[in-house]
Amino acid sequence: MGELITFLSDNREKVTEQILEHIGLTFTSLLFAAIIAIPVGIFITRRPRLSGGVLAFTGILQTIPSIALLGFLIPVLGIGVKPAIFALFLYALLPILRNTYTGISEVDAAVKEAALGIGLSKGQLLRQVELPLALPVIFAGLRTATVINVGVATLAAYIGAGGLGEFIFGGIALNNATMILAGALPAALLAIIFDQLLALLQNTNARKLSKLGKPILLVIPLLSSAYFWPQAYAPGWSAGFPPEFMGRPDGYQKVVDTYGVDFSTTIINNALMYKAVYESEVDVISGYATDGRVAAYNLRQLEDDRHAFPPYYCAAVVQKKLAEENKNITEALNLLAGRINDSVMTVLNYQVDFGKQPPEKVARNFLKAEGIWKADRKEGGKTLIIGSKIFTEQYILVELFSQLINGYTDYDVDTRPGLGGTKICFDALRNGEIDLYPEYTGTGLQVLLDPPPDTLKRIITQPDAVYRYVSREFEEQYGLRWLTPLGFNNTYALMMREAQAKALNIKTISDLAGRD
Amino acid sequence: MIKTKGLTRHFGDFTAVKDVSFELQEGETLALIGPSGCGKTTTLKMLNRLITPTAGQVWVNGQDISQQPVVQLRRQMGYVIQDMGLFPHYTVAENIAVVPKLLGWEKPKIQERTGALLEQLGLDTGAFAQKYPHELSGGQQQRVGIARALAANPPIILMDEPFGALDPLTRQQIRRDFMELEELRSKTTIMVTHDIEEAFEMGSLICLLNRGKVQQLGPPETLLRAPANDFVADFVSEKAAQLELRSAKLRDIFGQLPQQPPVEGEALPLSNTLPLLHAIYQLAKAKSKHPLGTTTLHEQQRYFTLNHLIEAFKNNLQSWAN
Repeated sequence: MGELITFLSDNREKVTEQILEHIGLTFTSLLFAAIIAIPVGIFITRRPRLSGGVLAFTGILQTIPSIALLGFLIPVLGIGVKPAIFALFLYALLPILRNTYTGISEVDAAVKEAALGIGLSKGQLLRQVELPLALPVIFAGLRTATVINVGVATLAAYIGAGGLGEFIFGGIALNNATMILAGALPAALLAIIFDQLLALLQNTNARKLSKLGKPILLVIPLLSSAYFWPQAYAPGWSAGFPPEFMGRPDGYQKVVDTYGVDFSTTIINNALMYKAVYESEVDVISGYATDGRVAAYNLRQLEDDRHAFPPYYCAAVVQKKLAEENKNITEALNLLAGRINDSVMTVLNYQVDFGKQPPEKVARNFLKAEGIWKADRKEGGKTLIIGSKIFTEQYILVELFSQLINGYTDYDVDTRPGLGGTKICFDALRNGEIDLYPEYTGTGLQVLLDPPPDTLKRIITQPDAVYRYVSREFEEQYGLRWLTPLGFNNTYALMMREAQAKALNIKTISDLAGRD
Repeated sequence: MIKTKGLTRHFGDFTAVKDVSFELQEGETLALIGPSGCGKTTTLKMLNRLITPTAGQVWVNGQDISQQPVVQLRRQMGYVIQDMGLFPHYTVAENIAVVPKLLGWEKPKIQERTGALLEQLGLDTGAFAQKYPHELSGGQQQRVGIARALAANPPIILMDEPFGALDPLTRQQIRRDFMELEELRSKTTIMVTHDIEEAFEMGSLICLLNRGKVQQLGPPETLLRAPANDFVADFVSEKAAQLELRSAKLRDIFGQLPQQPPVEGEALPLSNTLPLLHAIYQLAKAKSKHPLGTTTLHEQQRYFTLNHLIEAFKNNLQSWAN
């Protein structure tokens, strides 16, 4: 609890911004949903034959898993606030539509007959009788939709639309419970507060409610616009950073400390950030040097002229005991040592990201081309579990490792790709839930170890020294062994659109700092 | 005042109403009666176009109603239904004021009218005006329903089983109060009921329907004395005795009554459509020593005492026995 309070007060600007964004996302989508769903709900009470189909359709929308829905929307609406609001809008439709329909259908038939019989027109019947009587039920629908949307809006951070999900995703990636709570707790409180406020309105009778109508009509757009308040005065470069980068000691804070550059940051999933900068949703991202999309999207990698980032040479990290007892595993994996340089890794990544080839096939083709591929021995021996982080390169590496193990040893391989982040992989390895995973020396150095500042300063520019340091410290501190590096350096790098970088003549991060 | 010709309504293959024609003068009450599913409610709803006729026409004051804007048509016709259909979110006063408001009446006029109607229907304005329908008993709700139908002073009142949802005691009471409403004397009323006694008590004309067709249309006595067919005879026979008693009204003995008051004292004015039995009851209930009643028909006034009524009633029974 104390940690949470410290965290919240240390990050109060960010928390406020995220809460405002969260409220904005929730109410913008709610507003659009109400504008569509209430009239459609009324319409289908007039056309009962359509009601089944319309309700079933919105019901199906509701069953699409939220993450999948966001995924579907990316090719159509891109990333950022548009697909987020559209997805939330779709989720809010059903409760509002269903309750409008039910509320109006359930108005006593005798009341409707009497109203028409004494000479109300159909419009008067709707305004004076049906809507006022259905209002509590419609409000119940709005209430359900609000609570759903506050919850689902946490996923908006996944596609760079901000909101309280930024802390939640960051916390998951860094295995930091306090950070997760800093997002989850305000989100839960928002849900409870809005639920109770709407409950109050729902229980107010129709007459008082119609008097409150105008203020409510003003409040909803005001709440909707909350999303844009933080952006209105946001200084610095608009940047899209994945959650892990935000929280790592060698990430965001290191860049800011080293260069004194100002960013207005949006949290974004690392698979989507390239697209985000390409589509000008943001101007700067923290890309991976070997990612296939850097070339494909024509991004410029800014030179780290003051060495904020350490070298990130990739190697398999294995349980020490396993490596010593089974030399054949080490030998099999070390077949890859030095074989993959930066450009080779970039090509492999490109084949998966743009060629849409499965990682398994890309890995096999590479091993065959290198002449080290062997068919699976299918010995049915013991099982080795290989884990990975959640980005393309790691999926390919897992395939390379597992095909080698299958071909050269008696082990069967079980893979656990896509583990949320560095801390999650590392903890899984230490706890024996996985036997090995691909890691990067710089990450080992700065995220998993905590070297004294002068040591860090001394070795940070020397890849070999970093490798030796992490190898030694991992064996001593954790009982884990680094195998021989594969050869490429997948460093963090700030990236911009080539055209913009060229126009502004920005080549290094120092240049960036001078222009914010 | 109101006239129909060849009213017919099909629902798919089913013929709910076939070829119903009648004509009603101002101030008359038509009771549509018949067994369940005979088409009486459908007939009523074709008069205010809640149901559109498949064939046939309705004229009000000589105008074909299918040519009039439906909303205006309905605002000239009070409408009372069995389930009341009061607006649950409106107070009693607001419920009564619905149509006057739609017609754009001034606020003081609406208030005055609402108060007067509540008074006439035996509901204390102070106690009831601001209540909501769910706070009222069934009988009180139905009185409000009637007040709402009368509010804008429509010349025609349509009633669909207006007392059907009430317990027998309340029902009798409201029906009597209703019949004594001064307002209603000049109204042309069409009511649907399945209660034959109610029809005979309230209707100046009876229209007996079966399977959508008119079996007999005429004054209550005609149905009793000269049934048009076996269905009519069977329908009225079971309660013939009660109906006979109810169908004999003050105006039927009007000629036999003296033109000058036979005794001193204040005369109790009673409607000429009041059944003899009710008139006897009303006079007997009056606390004066020599109770005196009076009634008017075609602007002539006649007086009667209890003796006159009892004598006339006896004669009536005898004529029936013959």
